[in-house]
Amino acid sequence: MTDLVNETGLRRSAYQTEAFEARLRRRYQAERRFQLMGIGAIAFAGLMLVVLLATITLNGYTAFFQSRFDVEVFFDAEAVTPSGSREPAVLSAGDYPALVRQALLDLVPDATGRDGKRALMELVSDSAAYTLREMVMSHPEIIGTRQRVSLIAADTADQFVKGHIPRDISQDKRKVSDRQIAWIDDLRAKGVLAKHFSLDVLTQSNSRQPEQAGMWGALIGSIMTMLVTLALSVPIGVAAAVYLEEFAPKNRWTDLIEVNINNLAAVPSIVFGLLGLSMFLNFFGMPRSSALIGGVVLALMTLPTIIIAARAALKSVPPSIREAALGIGASPLQVVVHHVLPLAAPGILTGTILGLGRALGETAPLLLIGMVAFVVDVPSSLSEPSTVLPVQIFMWAGSPERGWIERTSAAIMLLLAFLILMNAVAIFLRKKFERRW
Amino acid sequence: MRIEVSQRAMAGRQDGAVLRGVPNKITARAVNVHYGAKRALTDINLDIEENRVTALIGPSGCGKSTFLRCLNRMNDTIDICRVQGLIELDGEDIYAKTIDTVQLRARVGMVFQKPNPFPKSIYDNIAYGPRIHGLAQRGPEMDEIVRSSLERAGLWNEVKDRLREPGTGLSGGQQQRLCIARAIAVSPEVILMDEPCSALDPIATAHIEELIDELRENYTIVIVTHNMQQAARVSQKTAFFHLGEMVECDDTEEIFTTPRDERTQGYITGRYG
Amino acid sequence: MNREHIVRSFSEELRRLTTLITQMGGIAEAQVETAVRAVAKRDTGLATGVMQSDARLDQYERDIDAEAIRMLALRQPMAGDLREIVSSLKIAADLERIGDYAANIAKRAMVLAQLPPVRPAGAIPRMGKLVQEIMKEVLDAYIDRDLDKAIAAWRRDEDLDDLYTSLFREVLTYMMEDPRNITPCTHLLFIAKNLERIGDHATNIAETIHFLVVGHSLKAVRPKGDTSSFALVNPADAPPPPGDDAAEP
Repeated sequence: MTDLVNETGLRRSAYQTEAFEARLRRRYQAERRFQLMGIGAIAFAGLMLVVLLATITLNGYTAFFQSRFDVEVFFDAEAVTPSGSREPAVLSAGDYPALVRQALLDLVPDATGRDGKRALMELVSDSAAYTLREMVMSHPEIIGTRQRVSLIAADTADQFVKGHIPRDISQDKRKVSDRQIAWIDDLRAKGVLAKHFSLDVLTQSNSRQPEQAGMWGALIGSIMTMLVTLALSVPIGVAAAVYLEEFAPKNRWTDLIEVNINNLAAVPSIVFGLLGLSMFLNFFGMPRSSALIGGVVLALMTLPTIIIAARAALKSVPPSIREAALGIGASPLQVVVHHVLPLAAPGILTGTILGLGRALGETAPLLLIGMVAFVVDVPSSLSEPSTVLPVQIFMWAGSPERGWIERTSAAIMLLLAFLILMNAVAIFLRKKFERRW
Repeated sequence: MRIEVSQRAMAGRQDGAVLRGVPNKITARAVNVHYGAKRALTDINLDIEENRVTALIGPSGCGKSTFLRCLNRMNDTIDICRVQGLIELDGEDIYAKTIDTVQLRARVGMVFQKPNPFPKSIYDNIAYGPRIHGLAQRGPEMDEIVRSSLERAGLWNEVKDRLREPGTGLSGGQQQRLCIARAIAVSPEVILMDEPCSALDPIATAHIEELIDELRENYTIVIVTHNMQQAARVSQKTAFFHLGEMVECDDTEEIFTTPRDERTQGYITGRYG
Repeated sequence: MNREHIVRSFSEELRRLTTLITQMGGIAEAQVETAVRAVAKRDTGLATGVMQSDARLDQYERDIDAEAIRMLALRQPMAGDLREIVSSLKIAADLERIGDYAANIAKRAMVLAQLPPVRPAGAIPRMGKLVQEIMKEVLDAYIDRDLDKAIAAWRRDEDLDDLYTSLFREVLTYMMEDPRNITPCTHLLFIAKNLERIGDHATNIAETIHFLVVGHSLKAVRPKGDTSSFALVNPADAPPPPGDDAAEP
């Protein structure tokens, strides 16, 4: 502080000295460093997110394309109904693979011999025969005629057309042989085989064949499970939070309950699966692998999160509102329902969405209660066996065929889209409630 | 002219009420309040006269707000608070088991220090009380209650065109008048005010004081205030609280010109502590 | 006030106000004493001094008024402080009137000095002494806020009134004896009246002190011994006027 007098001899403030200004500069520098670290952290996180999304999308977008054979099929009456009868039972037993084989052979005549024919048939999906059968069953009048049909390519051919199987490795390391590649190139050049945009990956239900598999069943299963979880965890959770926060006396017991709820929120989710297995499945005998039991288990898991978030939201409502309502002569329940809950709604919603978001992606507890089943039918009620998206992803990821990779990625994209939608709904609802406060 | 009054009323330290013949709306006898182990009020004896403004003054922490909150049992919301003694409203013990706090708080309204309108529209703020107590049906009947409450609170002209706007959008003074209108709307008999003007500027304060003067004709008012000049302007009786005791209660004029107790004198003239 | 105000400047201002009153009271006391002495000693120099000093008392009253009004506006005094300030206004007014009466006495002393002395003039110093005692007692009571002293002073006004009544009669009788005495006696009457009024104002101050200490005014009726309004002297009782050969007193 010795240079408090500047050149003109007037006294200066201690805050105008060189020393102070140097310290001030250092403080600003420290602040800038801190800001840069923050920005760096966010940038890193953003980068990771972009990498994740890009990887998934690049892997998964091809699932929305399907290679199909556009062929002319002769519905040979000999093959379809040798006896000539049009009974459905007879029609359904027709030799449709033969029709497929014939249609292909028409296009690729040099597929000779049993090997050749089998190799050619390998290019087309098993479902092709069922497609033709469906056509005949619904329109028997096409027997004996020639029709243009679009047949789904088999997984190996499909993957090759999408470029996922490389040409320039030796034949025994590939799933498609050189001969098949030649045929594929030929048919592509002729325009018979082409990639089409298709939403089958979403709208079809599960199948052993990757080219036929879709997530519709899992999607419906997820929605139903989420609905059960929502219906159970939100009312119970909010009611519990309201009771604990507003009405319960503050003594040792309620402290104990609070500690326990906090701990439950951190319990590994698989423990809830074990609970579901031992209590709901074995003791209560609830239907195995159903959306109902999945929802109940997930509801148990989400309950602590919702209770904690709801309690925090209720605590954040200023006591002045409660006092004003009490002073007017509102009963304690009226105070909570008319005044506190509407104001706590944004916080409760946030907690709900956080909890449900976690529940949507949970796999471990559902594995234990049996939702790993291979379910083909779309569940139509809560007690029918079903599966959920994350379990579906888990199962698909474990299968060997090449086609599963893109489908798994597509399922992940759908799951992420679902989560984003839920969050968007939550943010919208929160904004709508927040405006009134 | 002397009016017969009950023995209990005579037992208090009051003299003005007995001689004037004004009935006592609220009587407090031997009121003791504890917060856990800490004693907040000691042996309070106080009479609140009907249709008068009674001011409670005293330094911070002397228990005046605690006493005020006993009068409508708002202290019930605080777990560790224990109230002993007798407090009667029109002769009925308000801490009796048969008394319903909801009904009590409809008869004894409260206005708080910081204006706290509900985050609803101005109309709904006023209509809420009558609605839950079933005093009026939705429609013209309720409109009339809202209008008359706002008029009596001196707010009608300022808000009559924006009844649907949120109550929180008004200025501080208007919000406090809204809270007073809200309290009036349920037709209470007593209005308790806990430092109603401490968050307001002088003009808003003057409006509220004028309002209190007008309300006095129909309601009994008890007001806690830090501002002695306000107590002097607004009240007819003043009670001085000190460290949990009620030291002196007398006509306002007497308290502020010739207080009897030295502690009162010390506080009023600023020779406190 | 035994304790200090939390805001020190308030206490200092109150102290200054009471100091002003005390000083003013001292000057008024001195004025009365000097005026009475001027009458007794027939000293025109003293009398002139009194008349000139009256301006100081007027100035004091103006100062005290201003100070009191300022404190009322700026400090919002309550209870004891309020009574203190209002009392100082009243006491200042009374002291100023006392000063005016003292100046009046001095004026008439100058006239008396130019006239031949008269016998009843000897009673003036006795009245003056009593007045001074009352004033001293009252001013001491103010400084000490002593209620007993104030009440004692308040009662002594009766004695002063008695003195005044008897002097009144004496002077009336003296005037009837010899018409040449009328001029000086009339002045004496006025001087005595002024002294009696000074006593009344001192008693006012005592009542104000009572209000200051206790909080309400002295309810009793001030004992009035002044029956001079009813004084009637029968000419038949008067001694005969002196003849031409009567000796001069």
